[in-house]
Amino acid sequence: MFWTSWFLAALAVILAWPVPVFLSRAAWPARAPFAAMVLWQSIALAGGLSMIGAMLCWGLVPLGETLPSGLHGLLGIVLGSESLDALGILHAFALSAAALLTAHLVFTLWLTYFRINRQRRKHRDLLHLLSSPSHDRPGTLVLNHQAPVAYCLPGGSRSVTVLSDGLLELLSPDELRAVLLHEQTHLAQRHHLLLWAFAAWRSALPWLPTSKLAQESVSSLIEIMADDVALRSVDKPTLVTAIALVASGSDQLPADAIIAGQAAQIDTPTTTSARLSKLLGTAPALSLFAKLCVVAAALLLLAVPTALLVVPGILP
Amino acid sequence: MATLGDLERAVMDLLWEHQEAITANNLRDLLSQRASIDNAEARPLAVTTVLTVLSRLEKKGLVERERSSRPHRYRAVTSREEHTAELMMEVLGSAPDREAVLARFIGTVSAGEAQTLRKLLGHS
Repeated sequence: MFWTSWFLAALAVILAWPVPVFLSRAAWPARAPFAAMVLWQSIALAGGLSMIGAMLCWGLVPLGETLPSGLHGLLGIVLGSESLDALGILHAFALSAAALLTAHLVFTLWLTYFRINRQRRKHRDLLHLLSSPSHDRPGTLVLNHQAPVAYCLPGGSRSVTVLSDGLLELLSPDELRAVLLHEQTHLAQRHHLLLWAFAAWRSALPWLPTSKLAQESVSSLIEIMADDVALRSVDKPTLVTAIALVASGSDQLPADAIIAGQAAQIDTPTTTSARLSKLLGTAPALSLFAKLCVVAAALLLLAVPTALLVVPGILP
Repeated sequence: MATLGDLERAVMDLLWEHQEAITANNLRDLLSQRASIDNAEARPLAVTTVLTVLSRLEKKGLVERERSSRPHRYRAVTSREEHTAELMMEVLGSAPDREAVLARFIGTVSAGEAQTLRKLLGHS
């Protein structure tokens, strides 16, 4: 248990800092967005698991040789049948920290979920009063506003894609199709769940480099994934023109310019850069073998801390 | 006018058109007029239904009630344009969780990115 806790602590540190820094600077994720997404999820999960696991294992060292025997000893203390003296103050502190961190992560996830849902519901209520359903496109609402905007509002069966009058005037039918395909991919692939999890991760541990880098990378990756799906049905120049028109169209609006100043710090400018360099570049997709290696690495990363915690006696 | 949601929209449309506050009875008449233009066989609307819709809208903070007169008169709290502006602020704005709440086709672009995009469009 002693060496398990130190190994998990080392893993937690590696996953909290050097690994995410390297991964966020790497160029290959844009060429294999799905595999990169799996890897980011694995880094976040394995990181959290090793952080909590390290403190738990170290805290339980005086109580038993393995995690089950240690937890059994802890149960004895909690129920009052054994004395707290066996644990010692430092180990008790580590156990409390593990419990608090777990509670903090779960609570933040839950809180973020409710905050996001409340904002969506409020937005949807107002949206339904102000927009009219599109006649020829199911699940699409048209908002009477001159700014060219397109976005999707997830919400299970009530998910909608919203287009503004300004956008419909600005884009040709093919460009519009590219925009719709892009937005519908976000909804179909449930990208909002990924954004929710990584937004919660970031607000739970804002001082951790990994949470910030992970959220920014994931935001870029989902845009690239949505673009990739759109490109199966429309050609590249059409999609790039649509992006350029919508971006420069909303750029000219005074209201948007005012907000853009505040948005710059939160809205990641790297997202658009990553999308454009992927669309304008010629780098081919990563080979299937390389993608499989990334996914295998991600699974291994998750398996190591899990095995250390669950299977007794791997490390003394 | 099938659902409560559709009725809410119709009621708000009327309240936004009318500058002064109006009673539920008046609203019912106006709604029935519109319904009979759209569809001659529409069922007549009950005032209680209109009142239900109005109290829902009041709870959402969209409608306010003048209690000084009887029957109560209702009016929209803010104009349609202001609500649209509020909605657009949410779409374009910078609330921390905005990305998780809704996904825009293209987010805010930096000056350098805007220049690249303009070049792509053939402008200098």
